Amino acid sequence: MSVIQVQNLHKRYGSKVAVDDVSLEVHRGEIFGILGRNGAGKTTTVEIIGGLRDADGGTVRVLGLDPARDRTRLRQVVGLQLQESQVQPKLGVREALDLYASFYPDPADPAQLLDELGLTERADARFEQLSGGQKQRLSVALALVGNPQVAILDELTTGLDPHARRDTWEVVERIRDRGVTIVLVTHLMEEAERLCDRIALINAGRVVATGTPAELVARAASDQVLRFRPSAPVPVGLLEQVASITHADDGTIEARGHENVVQDVLVALAQQGIRPENLRLEQSSLEDAFVALTTPLEV
Amino acid sequence: MSTTTLTRTSGSGALSRLTAVEARLFLREPSGAFFAVLFPAVLLTVLGLVMPWADLPFNDQDPILKQINGITGYAPTVLALAVATVGLSAYPQTIAGYRGRGVLKRMSTTPVPPSRILVAQLAVNLVALLVAAVLMFAAGALVVGVAAPAEPLVLLGAFLLSVLSAFAVGSVIAALAPNAPAATAWGMSVYFVSLFFAGVWLPLPLMPDVIQTIAGYTPLGAASEAMAAAWYGQPFDVAPFLVMAAWTLVALPVSARFFRWS
Ligand SMILES: Nc1ncnc2c1ncn2[C@@H]1O[C@H](COP(=O)(O)OP(=O)(O)OP(=O)(O)O)[C@@H](O)[C@H]1O
Ligand SMILES: [Mg+2]
Repeated sequence: MSVIQVQNLHKRYGSKVAVDDVSLEVHRGEIFGILGRNGAGKTTTVEIIGGLRDADGGTVRVLGLDPARDRTRLRQVVGLQLQESQVQPKLGVREALDLYASFYPDPADPAQLLDELGLTERADARFEQLSGGQKQRLSVALALVGNPQVAILDELTTGLDPHARRDTWEVVERIRDRGVTIVLVTHLMEEAERLCDRIALINAGRVVATGTPAELVARAASDQVLRFRPSAPVPVGLLEQVASITHADDGTIEARGHENVVQDVLVALAQQGIRPENLRLEQSSLEDAFVALTTPLEV
Repeated sequence: MSTTTLTRTSGSGALSRLTAVEARLFLREPSGAFFAVLFPAVLLTVLGLVMPWADLPFNDQDPILKQINGITGYAPTVLALAVATVGLSAYPQTIAGYRGRGVLKRMSTTPVPPSRILVAQLAVNLVALLVAAVLMFAAGALVVGVAAPAEPLVLLGAFLLSVLSAFAVGSVIAALAPNAPAATAWGMSVYFVSLFFAGVWLPLPLMPDVIQTIAGYTPLGAASEAMAAAWYGQPFDVAPFLVMAAWTLVALPVSARFFRWS
């Protein structure tokens, strides 16, 4: 069942087109990733979904609500963690959560949220005294304190150290396990691979690909790369039939090709009785897919 | 919990909570709290102690003004100064700072609209100014012989209306200034011009007629006039009240129209 439907979303700032044509669908209970380079239009898209900005074209439905018209009801069911938003500098952590809890009809328990986000020890600190990562976690807590059905998290782990990042990922998974649908805007491939059920890749205001992380990798993974040092000289022309070959100075051979390249190369070598030593296979990652799908083709 | 209590939690409950929070934040900013609450009392007392005109008749040509001493004559001006300091300078800076930090934008993601922060700020500052006014009068009366206001209720009305009009103008500054430094610069400019027309630099009765006329049309000039008349016991004049009401009624919709939350 879809919780968010976006069709042909269009938004411009003056003459600058920020979102050209974005359509996507987010299902109940999933973690949906929105990936794209800087300036791709991710924040603009989620801010329209969250009812903070008006679109210039297209339709958006969130839990059946129109974010432009049903703002009051939308705000009770959607939690937004904004990319760059602070609270009053001298506001305390617990104080901020208690205050924001009072804004919602059925809030979460602030103390439990503090605990889940590892902020209990800093509960009495003021916002201005927090480290960047702690501020970020407070920001996540504030987005969740209203017990939203949908949580939109824009660059949730930017500025966190690897440890804090993993902790935050666990929090996100726990929230999803409670049945909250999550939209996650991110730059980090590791984050997207680890957390997202499905991903929309946005480039220059358009969705260039949607699918599970594995599907996106498969789609972009035109090349597989195999590196090895042959146990004996390889007859000229043997491997060139099945892959594109590069010889490195240290005697290493790099074979690059499509899906069956690995088998083809290994079979050809075996027929000549040559063993590939130090064999390494480079699998395409989501990062390669990201680069492949968002890099403009050179003409 | 029943539905009715739940609904109330996100309505007036949120506003009173927000006001309590803004009040605590106000007190955590020691210099701001000092200026708003204690400065008027300190200023009036110090002037009363050092100024040679403090215990001379305020104006011996005037049958009413010769009954009061100079420092009593200056008290309404200090009140206007206090109102201007908070409404034209501190408040727009705070709001523009909140906007710059994304505080207002974050609030617009919640069911409680960010305009409630402005209301909370007004409430907190109004209370601070009332405390400041009482302290100013108490210190002035005890230390330097400031006379009690002749028409306390009219004075209170004039005071409340001057707070409203100053905050309405301050809201326009907060709405139009692109960022916090600009809000400070604009606020300070309007502030110092207002102080001139409120008679802080030179008492209004000593200024040329044309300046007095212009002053009567500025919010703080009108505030000063209305509070002075009530304090001194001069005949009631509705004009400055109308001027302040007009500023409020024009400035509020203008600021609402142009306000940006992010
Ligand atoms: N308020 C604004 N006024 C004018 N242009 C804007 C505004 N906000 C964003 N833009 C422009 O719109 C485009 C999309 O911006 P957006 O913030 O949606 O990108 P993003 O994908 O979130 O980028 P990032 O990864 O850097 O956060 C960018 O070119 C940006 O410069
Ligand atoms: Mg962004």
